Amino acid sequence: MYDGGKIILGLIIFLGLILFPVWYNIANGKAGYTPDLEIITADDPGRDACVMSSEYMRPYHMDLLNEWRDEVVRERDRIHVAPNGKEYNRSLTGTCMDCHSNKENFCDRCHTYMDVNPYCWECHNIPEGGQR
Amino acid sequence: MKISRRQFIATSGLASLGLMLDKPAKALAKADLPQKRPLVGKRWAMVVDLKKCHEQENCTKCIEACHHEHNVPDFDNPKDEIKWVWKEGFEHAFHEQDNPFLNEELKHSPTLLMCNHCDEPPCTHVCPTKATWKREEDGIVMMDWHRCIGCRYCVAACPYGSRSFNYRDPRPFISESEFNQDYPTRMRGVVEKCTFCEERLAKGELPACVEACEAHALVFGDLEDPNSEIRHILEERFTIRRKPALGTQPEVYYIV
Repeated sequence: MYDGGKIILGLIIFLGLILFPVWYNIANGKAGYTPDLEIITADDPGRDACVMSSEYMRPYHMDLLNEWRDEVVRERDRIHVAPNGKEYNRSLTGTCMDCHSNKENFCDRCHTYMDVNPYCWECHNIPEGGQR
Repeated sequence: MKISRRQFIATSGLASLGLMLDKPAKALAKADLPQKRPLVGKRWAMVVDLKKCHEQENCTKCIEACHHEHNVPDFDNPKDEIKWVWKEGFEHAFHEQDNPFLNEELKHSPTLLMCNHCDEPPCTHVCPTKATWKREEDGIVMMDWHRCIGCRYCVAACPYGSRSFNYRDPRPFISESEFNQDYPTRMRGVVEKCTFCEERLAKGELPACVEACEAHALVFGDLEDPNSEIRHILEERFTIRRKPALGTQPEVYYIV
């Protein structure tokens, strides 16, 4: 290889620059960063549990919401039964956002981090206090 | 039973203590499930008594109630207008009743119009995504705004003009004071119309327009129930429907 040293050096510099965000975060100890979500749960008794476990909700809440949407609008089934047997009204604004009432600090933090743009709130309302 | 002074004071003390424990009471009141039982019918329909309606001159209470309930925008422009319930001149609403000597009062009185929730709805047959369909359980012609792609076939298919299209983003055109937090809005590019307040029926409430009408000109009920008020009215009074010759079997009846 002609000019092998220069090419390898160039490659190292190139990789160093392109991977800047990765090693910068590692150097800052933020490699395992996850958004810090503010779960605002109303302090009413019986409101401590989510409609499903957190382990399920984290990766699959969008599937659950799609399911709720179809069940409510198309099948008229408005009742969700949680694993603990408690019944909930299938409603994004009414049930989910009754506990997770701060959209900015709950929904948006993760969505922004993941760069996803769900358009739920173009029609569905953010609970009072949040911007419409 | 006789209560001694001492017992009375003790009981009232306990009762006021109970009142202070408002937290559990609040939790009960804020329970997640709808409190009332849903209204169930097999074939919902509406009767509009135009005589009673006309007596309330310039009354728009039903329209206001509906448009507030469902966050219907006001674009202040007839081209973009969104309407769920609206008024139209009798000649336009019932042009098959063409009659040069039509009763003067009727001729110039506005007629209340809405989605007819037809038994044979042409709008649902043309929908390519099944965003609108007739609910077989109770006859309501439903809309799934999640699924509407805005092709407007249904707008063209509806012979009653009951469907409106959101040419613009409706949110800025719903006034802050009119906004109903409990009902979603629509987005640009979606068709909307009257749904016979299916969300209120599910909560055990009558449609908003029926509830708002003080003249009792609107009667909502189940045609399959022979003892319902609407069936009695239809048996006793002469009623007409819009454009019956089309065979759409509209389910909004008018007493003229």
